[in-house]
Amino acid sequence: MNHETPSVVVRDLVKQFGNFVAVDHVSFEAHPGEIFGFLGPNGSGKSTTIRMLCGLLRPTAGQALIAGHDVALEPETVRQSIGYMSQKFSLYNDLTVIENIRFFAGMYEVPPAILQERIPWVLDMAGLNGRELALTGTLAGGWKQRLALGCAVLHRPPILFLDEPTSGVDPISRRRFWDLIHQLADEGVTVFVTTHYMDEAEYCDRLIMIHQGKIVASGSPMELKQQAMSGELLLLECEPLGPALDLLRTTPDVWDAAVFGNALHLVVPQAETAIATLRLLLSARGFTVRRIGPIPSSLEDVFVALTSKRGQSAKEEL
Amino acid sequence: MRWHRLAALVRKEVTQIRRDSRSLLIVVAMPVLLMLAFGYGVSFDIKHIPVCVFDREGSQQSQDFLKHFQASEYFNVVKTVNTFPAMIHAIDANECRLALVIPHDYSLKIRTGGPVSVQALLDATDNNTANVSISYSEAIVQAYSQQLQLEWLNRQGQFMTQPTLSVDVRTWFNEDLESVANIVPGVVAIVMAVIGSFLTSLTIAREWERGTMEQLISTPVTSLEVMIGKLVPYFLIGMLDTGLCAGIGVWWFHVPFRGQWSVFLISSALFLMVVLSLGYVISVLAKSQLAASQAALIATFLPAFLLSGFIYPIDQMPTVIQLITHIIPARYFMTITRDVFLKGTSIPLLLDDLIALAVFAVVLTVIATRSFKKKLT
Repeated sequence: MNHETPSVVVRDLVKQFGNFVAVDHVSFEAHPGEIFGFLGPNGSGKSTTIRMLCGLLRPTAGQALIAGHDVALEPETVRQSIGYMSQKFSLYNDLTVIENIRFFAGMYEVPPAILQERIPWVLDMAGLNGRELALTGTLAGGWKQRLALGCAVLHRPPILFLDEPTSGVDPISRRRFWDLIHQLADEGVTVFVTTHYMDEAEYCDRLIMIHQGKIVASGSPMELKQQAMSGELLLLECEPLGPALDLLRTTPDVWDAAVFGNALHLVVPQAETAIATLRLLLSARGFTVRRIGPIPSSLEDVFVALTSKRGQSAKEEL
Repeated sequence: MRWHRLAALVRKEVTQIRRDSRSLLIVVAMPVLLMLAFGYGVSFDIKHIPVCVFDREGSQQSQDFLKHFQASEYFNVVKTVNTFPAMIHAIDANECRLALVIPHDYSLKIRTGGPVSVQALLDATDNNTANVSISYSEAIVQAYSQQLQLEWLNRQGQFMTQPTLSVDVRTWFNEDLESVANIVPGVVAIVMAVIGSFLTSLTIAREWERGTMEQLISTPVTSLEVMIGKLVPYFLIGMLDTGLCAGIGVWWFHVPFRGQWSVFLISSALFLMVVLSLGYVISVLAKSQLAASQAALIATFLPAFLLSGFIYPIDQMPTVIQLITHIIPARYFMTITRDVFLKGTSIPLLLDDLIALAVFAVVLTVIATRSFKKKLT
């Protein structure tokens, strides 16, 4: 754990839309150089939280200090020290690459002399050298994302908020994008990333799992896996899949069962004994067991474990 | 307010306008089209009213009388009929607006000095044309009647050198009584109202629709900077369009410009501030380009067209409507443009209208500044 002054402090942040509580008493701290992941399904409150931290939405209650400034009281000071990339691509499609860069440099008052150095840096980073004069609307998804990131960091903000930055981008571009994020974090930038790609969450230093507006778990990816999954994880391939799921969900020794691709993931108290009993049980009921064995848990399993009913008890053990 | 940011905003807005062919079309073609459409299309002049003639006598005297109608530029004898039903048909078929029936004993009665009545049948579906036809034909008949009387008196050996009472008419400011002179300065106001509010009504709504607003408001730019950055380019365009319209009026339609350009420019600038701010507020509220542009047209074009005195003189309106016109900024600008163009009125006499316009400009600019919040909803 980093013990420098936290760059972001969030205390009991709440956002209500009418009767709907989108964000429910969320609290956390983030430190310089940390990649901080917000993990959760669509509509879980990730974007709403990020938008409150950027001063785009007024919190219903609670407090957010960004680089030491209260977002609600000094939104403009906060905006100078953050970069934001929204979920939907939101640069100007009818401006060229260089015009977008110059425009956002203008918004952040990047001095012309410094901008002269940063323009090549951004173009390099986004891999857009030679395409400065292309209309932004004509660029492919991955290039657009990197340009958006470039425009968000032109003023070298100490804190960066990225809302689902890689949605709709091909895997190679995603990989490249994460390299950039790591590079920025190495330079000391606090990076907030929301994602619903569980594999991306593994790139983060610290994670918050958010479900229905509440934090259900937080920690490093490894910590989460160890702590949340107090049981062990089994992979089961068998025929027919649906009835097997129904059966296993009512079996007392199986804490959780979920479909994963064309197989099932099961959470059990102890792997070896469970494999033996389940083999017997399934063949007795006429199922064909192709494969059953322990697997290391992925964050997706952790998330399922934490948000399912039986997972609630696992969370209480944290 | 930071000049660096403001300059970047203005540059971006200008680039976007330049790249958007629809915007360019609106900026350049719309004023020209509107000027030509109104300049040629809207005319309150009533001339060459089609006339049908039923001369039941067919004498030299009756034809002499009809020649006076034919000679007038207000009438055009388009048809001569020989039966009453044919005449009715001509009216029914919209071949004429006025039908004249000359009685069979016309010349006899003229000779004996007895009163003669010439019948005039009018198609009064268009009451305005009918009214004008009545006045014009009465004037022609009266002049002709006077001429006959004088001739008759002369034959009796009496001389009357001149009529006893006459009106000596001088028309000022629009000497030829041409409606184009009245319309063109008004069209300048209408074009400005439409272009000004229409263009700005799209600017904020477009950013919301395209999602670019979210990025923009995450930067430290202030609401005031956004507003000024948006309005400055359109203000300049609006002033150029104003000059274009005025130029078309003066050089194409030959409408006199007797006032001072400075007065015209000052009042145009104030009026532009009003309509640009109005369009901006609408854009902030609407958040969709379609809704915003329609609202802007209804909020500016209709009042400017109907309630500013452009078509209907304000002093002829019912009292309640007259009161309502006071909250229509176009009303003041309409008065100023017409007076500046035709009368050459200078500032002191236009002070009330200028002050009213300035008040509207200030109030709407303040509302516009306050309307935009850097928040998502």
